[in-house]
Amino acid sequence: MKKKIQVTLNGKKTELEVPSHRLLLDLLRDEIGLTGTKEGCGTGDCGACTVLLNGKPVNSCLIFSGELDGADIVTIEGLKIGPEMHPVQRAFVQDGGVQCGYCTSGMLMMSKALLDENPDPSEDDIRFAISGNLCRCTGYAKIVKAVQDAARELRNRRS
Amino acid sequence: MKRPEPLEIFQPTSLKAASTLVKEQGPGGRFLAGGTDLVIAVKEKGYKPKYVVDLKRIPGLTGIRVEKDGSVTIGALTTMHEVETSPVVLNKYPFLARSAAEVGSVQIRNRATIGGNMANATPSADVAPALIALEAKAKISGLNGERTISLEELFRGPGQTNLAPEEILTAIVIPPASSGLRGDYIKFSPREMMDLAYVGVAVALDLHDGKQCRKARIALGAVSPTPMRARRAEALLENQTVTEELAEKAGAEAAAESKPISDVRSSADYRREMVRVNTKRALLNAVAGEPAFWVERRDRRY
Repeated sequence: MKKKIQVTLNGKKTELEVPSHRLLLDLLRDEIGLTGTKEGCGTGDCGACTVLLNGKPVNSCLIFSGELDGADIVTIEGLKIGPEMHPVQRAFVQDGGVQCGYCTSGMLMMSKALLDENPDPSEDDIRFAISGNLCRCTGYAKIVKAVQDAARELRNRRS
Repeated sequence: MKRPEPLEIFQPTSLKAASTLVKEQGPGGRFLAGGTDLVIAVKEKGYKPKYVVDLKRIPGLTGIRVEKDGSVTIGALTTMHEVETSPVVLNKYPFLARSAAEVGSVQIRNRATIGGNMANATPSADVAPALIALEAKAKISGLNGERTISLEELFRGPGQTNLAPEEILTAIVIPPASSGLRGDYIKFSPREMMDLAYVGVAVALDLHDGKQCRKARIALGAVSPTPMRARRAEALLENQTVTEELAEKAGAEAAAESKPISDVRSSADYRREMVRVNTKRALLNAVAGEPAFWVERRDRRY
């Protein structure tokens, strides 16, 4: 029950032949080798597997590959702008928003999605946005600060 | 975590083709919308669909539209995030927008659809009480054409609907709202949107001069096998001025009408008590109007 699909993966048109029932998360990690996306709970609660599907953050552990023909997918591997880290990535490093790192790729994808939609989020907006991304290390304070710093950096670049 | 077993995923491009597929393929298949319930059922509960019919390639099933008569049609594949942020919904039925915002995380709400949520028929579904309080209707398409029933009638039991296997829920229709419409939805859940509702209470009141209640609708989630109306409590409110005392009485009546069970989240007695308290709060919030809200609204940051 393999299916031919064409997707844009991290900006590159890609043709794949995939089993329909394979989950997007497994497709990325096991078949394509993009292991930056992590599996936490596997049931859409923890957000570790967050990727952008057509520009929107989603849980890749809950999507069949057979649904994906024509989709635009961005993973953590596609977040960099050229050789340079995305401002969200730099802010996480600088502010200590990364500890064990397991939630980080999902957290970064969610933060990028938030800042695409809302360039000047309040602390409440940030906490609301990442309520589906669990982190057991940081206590969230440094993550929130990193998102605020990244937002400032992105605003400065624009103006 | 368990992985799905091999299965065929069909992607028909018309309602007729989708229904015909199910008829031809036989029992054991499942329609797929956002997949946030279906994939979890497969991974966590050992559900094994024989085949899956993805509805997302069928045109015309998404979007929110105001009709000429003032009613609002919400396509079944409209995501919770679209409902939550829709200017039409925010303006006409802010409490419906809020109920959609109570469903899971941003990631879940970008996939979960309003139709999928209804067809999955979980008793605790957050948008169900708000829609039932608004007297929403369900538009259904089958091999013999279309039919429309009240949304309340769609539900038969936990996970059970009145849809025939090949029938597809295509839209939710909310009838025209009176200018006196005031409502509220309270999801009672200690972990907010990341957990299911222990109790969900939606109220929709038609208030004359902001006071006299011409019509009252109270709908409860997670306290009976299907989302339910609290009709005796509604009757207490009609043609009355909603005071704190009357709201208290209506809350007690709604609690008496509810039929909760005990489970991992809470005991039946606690649920009944929370119906009483939150019905009262929802009624007083509705009367106070947004954004003022009644002062005793539950502080959710605990």
